[in-house]
Amino acid sequence: MDLLTLLQLLDSTLRLATPLLLACLAGLFSERAGIFDIGLEGKMLASAFLSAAIAFTTGSVWIGLLAGVGASLLLSAIHGVASITFRGNQLISGVAINFLAAGLTVVIAQSWFAEGGRTPQLAGAARFNPITLPFANELRDVPVLGPIYYELISGHTALVYVALLIVPLSWWVLYSTRFGLRLRAVGENPAAVDTAGISVIGLRFTAVAICGVLCGLAGAYLATALQAGFTKDMSAGRGYIALAALIFAKWKPWPCLWATLLFGFLQALALRPDLITSTLGFSVQTQLLDALPYILTVVILAGFVGKAIPPRAGGEPYIKER
Amino acid sequence: MDVMPKWADVVLIPVISLVLAAALSAIVILAIGESPWEALKIMVQGALGSTYGWGYTLYYATNFVFTGLAVAIAFHARMFNIGGEGQAALGGLGVALVCLYIPWPHWSLALLGATAGAALFGAAWAIIPAVLQAKRGSHIVITTIMFNFIAAAFLNYLLVGALKPAGSMEPATGKFPDATFLPSFQDMFSTADNPLFRGAPANVTFFVAIAACVVIWALIWRTRLGYELRAFGHSETAAKYAGISPTKIIVISMAISGALAGMMAINNVMGEAERLVLNAVEGAGFIGIAVALMGRSHPFGVFLAAILFGFLYQGGAELALWTSIPRELIVVIQALVILFTGALDNMVRMPLERIFLARRRKAARATTLTAAE
Repeated sequence: MDLLTLLQLLDSTLRLATPLLLACLAGLFSERAGIFDIGLEGKMLASAFLSAAIAFTTGSVWIGLLAGVGASLLLSAIHGVASITFRGNQLISGVAINFLAAGLTVVIAQSWFAEGGRTPQLAGAARFNPITLPFANELRDVPVLGPIYYELISGHTALVYVALLIVPLSWWVLYSTRFGLRLRAVGENPAAVDTAGISVIGLRFTAVAICGVLCGLAGAYLATALQAGFTKDMSAGRGYIALAALIFAKWKPWPCLWATLLFGFLQALALRPDLITSTLGFSVQTQLLDALPYILTVVILAGFVGKAIPPRAGGEPYIKER
Repeated sequence: MDVMPKWADVVLIPVISLVLAAALSAIVILAIGESPWEALKIMVQGALGSTYGWGYTLYYATNFVFTGLAVAIAFHARMFNIGGEGQAALGGLGVALVCLYIPWPHWSLALLGATAGAALFGAAWAIIPAVLQAKRGSHIVITTIMFNFIAAAFLNYLLVGALKPAGSMEPATGKFPDATFLPSFQDMFSTADNPLFRGAPANVTFFVAIAACVVIWALIWRTRLGYELRAFGHSETAAKYAGISPTKIIVISMAISGALAGMMAINNVMGEAERLVLNAVEGAGFIGIAVALMGRSHPFGVFLAAILFGFLYQGGAELALWTSIPRELIVVIQALVILFTGALDNMVRMPLERIFLARRRKAARATTLTAAE
């Protein structure tokens, strides 16, 4: 494999890892606050649809992005009301949200655009277009570093860079701010936070809202940057892979980046079976590559390779009266 | 003390949840410019208006009885088996292997063999997450989700590879031998001058599903294992104190759950398709969640809820045929049912409890007043 092919592979790794990363960080905030969220998939899907639909109607991808985040936030609100206010089962609520999004997006898309449950193709300003970083063209001919800069680092859409910036931001928020300390505490021992006079409900709703915003970005990226428009079930299990990555990363921000890059790399490899054959000398079934993130997660969860311990109060509704 | 009488818990709450889900669905139908009343008429006519419609409704219901029971029995041990989809897929593999590679003399024997194969494969797929939960503490919900995807990839691998007949382009097994074909309702109930259920896929598996309901009911409420299972579900620490092994209960309840989900395959793979195709489960494993919640985890409730969802499925297909409402509307209704009967249960329950409490206080006051006089 030559340098250029490798760079192309890593380039598509980055592109495919971005939605996983955003969704994974979304889950990070929610689960660190003690709210399990298996509805990442549904929120991404809802945002993918509405961002594409609004971007197509208005011609502006930024308005589309806002709408997508709005759709995701709405589902987050349902999850919050069900699991925080009414102390319902968070897992069941997540399942309901996934189905709600899977059904509603197609029903609405069909009645809105009548194209079999998809939005029309997006073009021009209705999409996120690649950004060429400064000097990328000029430095292109510099050996080794030039191609790396031009092929791999430059030429992505804005949301890729945003996603990468959110990693240190999340790390800073969670570990260096008062809000982050409280948010982590509410996921471990909500009673202690309550005793300190801080609202458990408020904190958890904030966390769920942050989760909604990040899932919204992930969904909008799918429909307006990675693809050009919404298609039925386009999230294709990415919400679950993000969930797997979150466990793989043991609920920490930087490992979230590495885990999603790894899973993104597996997805990129699955698209290029010819590369595996030519490099390794034997072919690897694409189904194995598809299943690998899930198998790795099961292995990690089972504690065979380091123990993944979830936030202690995760999944438990907080009852104040006791 | 229970605030509400039992009938309110068992009947009133599911009915109110259903009405809420139906009302919201009606709003969705209105919003996309169709008439909810017309839609309901088409659904009732299409799903219940003919033996053909009933044949489809009961076919879908059979699937949902199995997956619903699977989720329900796990609920009794306070476990959430979200892996019905993968277990049913593996059950399909079990059925396909049994039907393809064993020369059966008669369908009744083939049915027994296929049931065993389906249950075994489904149970095996559920036991791994169960053991990981019991021994290693990995969360069963996450592991079963992962196992759904692993199952999908595994079947995909087999169906484009080893199980595909030579020369075929389609990712599916070959047709099962004729001796394994299960009698459909058409074969069983039609007479020469009165054809019934013509072309509908409902088959003898429906009666297996009814038998499964009875067996599971007896298992939960009439056996020692069922008692242990429910005790574990109510309080793990109390059950442990009473000498009930958590590992045993987790593994056995999940094995039964997986076996039930796997048994769905005798209906869709053996009874309907008569071969194993890609993605044969078509989401029925997830509908089991809605069915179990709606049916309050009671086999009879599961049976009724499965019929309801069978009606929704067949009605939804008719809707897609005759109106511009896509089939996915059913997914929306399903989501709303899960939301209201599962996650937002307290939203329905709390106001009701308040009403019953107020009524009871009033009654108590009335009796004290009469006693004073």
